[in-house]
Amino acid sequence: MPKLAMIATKGTLDWAYPPFILATAAAAMGWDVGIFFTFYGLPLLKKDLKLPVTPVGNPAMPMKMPFGPEGFQNITWPIPNAITSNIPGFESFAGSMMKKGFKNKGVASVEELRDMAVEMDVKLIACQMTLDVFGIKNKELIEETEFAGAAAYLEFAVDSDVNLFI
Amino acid sequence: MADNTIDQTLDTSGLLCPMPIVKTAKMIKGMEVGKILEMISTDAGSMPDMKAWANQTKHELLEAEDEGGKFRFVIKKTH
Repeated sequence: MPKLAMIATKGTLDWAYPPFILATAAAAMGWDVGIFFTFYGLPLLKKDLKLPVTPVGNPAMPMKMPFGPEGFQNITWPIPNAITSNIPGFESFAGSMMKKGFKNKGVASVEELRDMAVEMDVKLIACQMTLDVFGIKNKELIEETEFAGAAAYLEFAVDSDVNLFI
Repeated sequence: MADNTIDQTLDTSGLLCPMPIVKTAKMIKGMEVGKILEMISTDAGSMPDMKAWANQTKHELLEAEDEGGKFRFVIKKTH
């Protein structure tokens, strides 16, 4: 059976999606899947998921309102960086707007996709070195997490058919 | 056209990628070989996705219809 190996390096709400969407889709096709979480990807394995997202430094992120009439929802708000980066609480506002937008469109939450991945036997591997450097305790991560290093990932990936760095 | 007897139906209307194929896979897993599943989706990406899913899993895609924004698939569990 085909094999998919991924390295997840980003822990924001937006970037949490690609590894879990691809993992669940591949597992649904009967593939063998493993994700190696390292650096900022590690928070994706925390029991308590609190994933932020920020428009700062990301000019491609559309600022849209996930409620109101359709015409209103389609407006991309030109919010200047001075506001997005300086107003306290703007990032959590942007995060909750994005979550709501995803939910309204019928996209599963990151929690749901991760649960699905676990159920479908996707291997979730946390980089032990980064955990130590960042001071994250192994027990903060979900029970299904395996702990390993670069060599273990490479051994998993060496005979994979698709290998992605996200 | 519809001489395939449907054993089970799965409606994934309103759900987006990857949920239609994930739910299809889960449903198929619980069925007996030879049984036929009908899946309904409103995800515009589900047509190419279901074809890819069937190719990869080797289950037989008997029907794949675009009913204008609504998609209907009939899949036979082959193994």
